[in-house]
Amino acid sequence: MSEARGQILGAIRRSLKRGPLDEPERAAVAARLAAHERNLVPARAASLDHRGQVDLFQRMAEEVQATLVRVTSAAEVPAAVADYLSLHNLPSRLVVTPDPQLDDIPWSARPMLEVRRGRAEEADQVGVTACFAGVAETGTLMLLSGPQSPTRNNLLPDTHIVVLRREQVAASYEEGWSRLRAARRGADGSLDLPRTVNFITGPSRTADIEQRVEVGVHGPRRLHILLIDDGASS
Amino acid sequence: MQPTSRAFKENAQRALGDANLQKALGMMRTGFPAKRAAVVARLPEFDALREQGKAIKDHVLANLDLYLEIFEQNVVARGGQVHWCRTPQEARETVLAICRRLDAKTVTKGKSMIGEEIALNDYLEQNGVTPVETDLGEYIIQIRKERPSHIIVPAMHLVKEQIADSFRQTHKDLDPARPLGEASTLVAEARTVLRKRFFAAEVGITGANFCVAETGSTVIVTNEGNGDLTQSLTKAHIVMASLEKLVPTLEDLSTLLRLLARSATGQEFSTYTTLSTGPRRPDDTDGPAEYHVVFLDNGRSAVIGTEFQDMLRCIRCGACMNHCPVYGVVGGHAYGWVYPGPMGAVLTPTLIGVDEAGHLPNASTFCGRCESVCPMKIPLPRMMRHWREREFQRKLSPPPHRYALRAWAFVAARPPLYRFATTLMSRVLGWVGAPRGRFRSLPLAGGWTRGRDLPAPQGRSFMSLWAERRKRSA
Repeated sequence: MSEARGQILGAIRRSLKRGPLDEPERAAVAARLAAHERNLVPARAASLDHRGQVDLFQRMAEEVQATLVRVTSAAEVPAAVADYLSLHNLPSRLVVTPDPQLDDIPWSARPMLEVRRGRAEEADQVGVTACFAGVAETGTLMLLSGPQSPTRNNLLPDTHIVVLRREQVAASYEEGWSRLRAARRGADGSLDLPRTVNFITGPSRTADIEQRVEVGVHGPRRLHILLIDDGASS
Repeated sequence: MQPTSRAFKENAQRALGDANLQKALGMMRTGFPAKRAAVVARLPEFDALREQGKAIKDHVLANLDLYLEIFEQNVVARGGQVHWCRTPQEARETVLAICRRLDAKTVTKGKSMIGEEIALNDYLEQNGVTPVETDLGEYIIQIRKERPSHIIVPAMHLVKEQIADSFRQTHKDLDPARPLGEASTLVAEARTVLRKRFFAAEVGITGANFCVAETGSTVIVTNEGNGDLTQSLTKAHIVMASLEKLVPTLEDLSTLLRLLARSATGQEFSTYTTLSTGPRRPDDTDGPAEYHVVFLDNGRSAVIGTEFQDMLRCIRCGACMNHCPVYGVVGGHAYGWVYPGPMGAVLTPTLIGVDEAGHLPNASTFCGRCESVCPMKIPLPRMMRHWREREFQRKLSPPPHRYALRAWAFVAARPPLYRFATTLMSRVLGWVGAPRGRFRSLPLAGGWTRGRDLPAPQGRSFMSLWAERRKRSA
């Protein structure tokens, strides 16, 4: 351990007019971390039923220039993608993450779509990814990195199409964390986060020039969400 | 970087005469406060969230040593490294050593105020490593060889014509016939140029808005996505953070995130909020192979336990400067160092000394707007007052100010004398000024009357009206 480390921690303790924390105090902090209790969660989404939360997700995402189309099953995704691409005059070549969540999409139903499963590269113009959750309160997507979901696929292609399933819509960020804690418990019971968790709310933007909002700076210019909603009551 | 805070008055004078700056500031004054107000009004819980955010940060500061240790353990457990730096020099050397070891020629950078604080770019350049700022605003000021004038909108002081000129001078491949008259064309040009840079760089450096102790994650919040490309396309990700960025859990992080974007840009949520935890995992097909967190103290550990401790709650949203009448007319460069506006007026003296930055806490009308919009409820005006007191005690202010203050204090501490003196003065001024109703110039009040008239006192004083009212109601 470096000399600087000891000095910095020592300086903090001197300023706090105490030595290293005693065992009961350390235990109290450990308990606070282990409990990871929620603070106040706004009622905006939490007060709605799940159907209402899905609608709120759509409204909030559209408010920040994302677009959203509902389909009833994975089988409809290729047609929905093709329609979107032709509507915006975009190339029909796609890079799709090798995410197993996207395995049930029958791309061959649309032979005009040229689909490559893998990591996005510089030349890729359109990318399709899955996601972990959608957060209703601000229309935010939550995406995890992993061997089948490289982070760059969320960022490099000019057009990012995200497949979101209705049951993935959560009310709040806290709800997203709860689901993640349940899904990725490490061997010791603690949360095993992936290298990257991306929260994405609308397409890339800047207001650095005269405070005018311009969409499409470094990340995608278009964010299109395909919501798979089979219409069953949730 | 050499501070020019001592020259605040001259800087401010120059700023007032700068037409481009005044145009840019005019856009800011109307834009940000309205956006913030609208988005806050949509969230009834906003004030309650502020209280909770404040409590989270206060709890962390009281246990900061332990939270730093826990954070470090968790970074190491995920295969990352934490570097502890007491001074800017130690932080600069740490970053350079990593770049050298990886044989890095260029590094891309996301926006980092700590990077600004330690003047990292100059140091890397002097040592043969080319830093490329990738946040659009930071990139613009980098090619113009300027400093940021705002902590979240670094090129706030510029109008688009100036930016177009800079692009034409710097981008040698740019077709002279290509129009750059609109913000959208400027954005497209910067995107094209920087895309190549992202792929070429060996190391990516970002700041950190938060560090989560529970998971050992660092968090960046951006709208452009530059910080994400910076860290996922390079061999190593270096995070520059100051000690007070710690939060305990992901749930605590969520509370603070609800406050940050709303206070900063008036957005419900920023476009990209990214948690980075360790280097890429063994089976990952992208992400950096190394992950380093560089902690900078630079005097912060000594601020704990002082009357300035509350300043360490700051989450760098910029709301204080967006709402400050002084910042709104002089802009950020007048403050002479890295952090402008009310938060800069409090923080800068703690980091570079009150003898260097004593003007800044005086550059305030004490209107209190900064404190009223601060998501962390930092009592900025009170802390500026503490600096003024220290400046007075250390005899740093000019003697005439000090004599005048002494004289005023003597009178103000004796209410009958104060009332007598003020009544007399307002009668005399009211009588002399009656014909015009105002003064064009007045002895001892030159600082005021050089720029505007002083209204002549009219009617009676508040104290006498108050006394009469109480007598009537009794």
